[in-house]
Amino acid sequence: MAEKVEVDITIPNHTRYLSLIGRIGEDLVHSLGHYNGDREELAYHLNLVLTEAITNAICHANESDPNKQIQIQISTSDENLIIKVFDEGDGFDFANFKTTDMQDTDECGRGIHIINRLMDNVSYHRINKRNVLEMTKKLH
Amino acid sequence: MQLKTEEIGDIVLIQIEEERMDAHNSGTFKEQMLALFDEGKCKLIIDLSPVRFVDSSGLGALVSGFKNASAREGSLKLCGLQPQVRSMFELTRLHRVFEIFASAEEAQESF
Repeated sequence: MAEKVEVDITIPNHTRYLSLIGRIGEDLVHSLGHYNGDREELAYHLNLVLTEAITNAICHANESDPNKQIQIQISTSDENLIIKVFDEGDGFDFANFKTTDMQDTDECGRGIHIINRLMDNVSYHRINKRNVLEMTKKLH
Repeated sequence: MQLKTEEIGDIVLIQIEEERMDAHNSGTFKEQMLALFDEGKCKLIIDLSPVRFVDSSGLGALVSGFKNASAREGSLKLCGLQPQVRSMFELTRLHRVFEIFASAEEAQESF
């Protein structure tokens, strides 16, 4: 039978929790039973993608509002690792955010570029008054 | 952000004392660099040796420092990058922007 892991965490809308969630992501990769690739690299990338997605949700989608929350779901199957980050903001036009227009010395905008480079499938859509950034990484 | 500064002539060596540079501490780091620029110090070496993790906010803070130093006819150079931190500069092509050295001594000699 396929080994499945599911993590579901809700955090206050504050950047002090970034390190905690990043560590959980790294630990989850180290505990995967069936990954044959570079585990250290995948752990680092998961930490990074979680950090970027949650920062985006806290600072941009939820506009640093302390009354809002972020929900993070991480699940794995034999084939995929799926991360969902839910925000309570108005959403933004993710599909048309062009990272190719970035200049080398721009200070912002690299987060989405990093997510798109490191994950195999990325989407952002609205579900029941919230938005979810859904990111999938193939494990084979 | 936890850091130590050491002045070597007109160069300021900033040793980061954190394992992680992210959106939680990079805003403070930008302000700490701005305070140095306000004092007229614009030749900076940032030693990233203890840093294991840097995200786009941490990179953005370094870019901000780089631009401020360049605008004052100084420069901001980096040293001591761990392999995964270096890979972040390559992923975002920032290795083409910064001068990156193995050690603080090498960075110092390049001024």
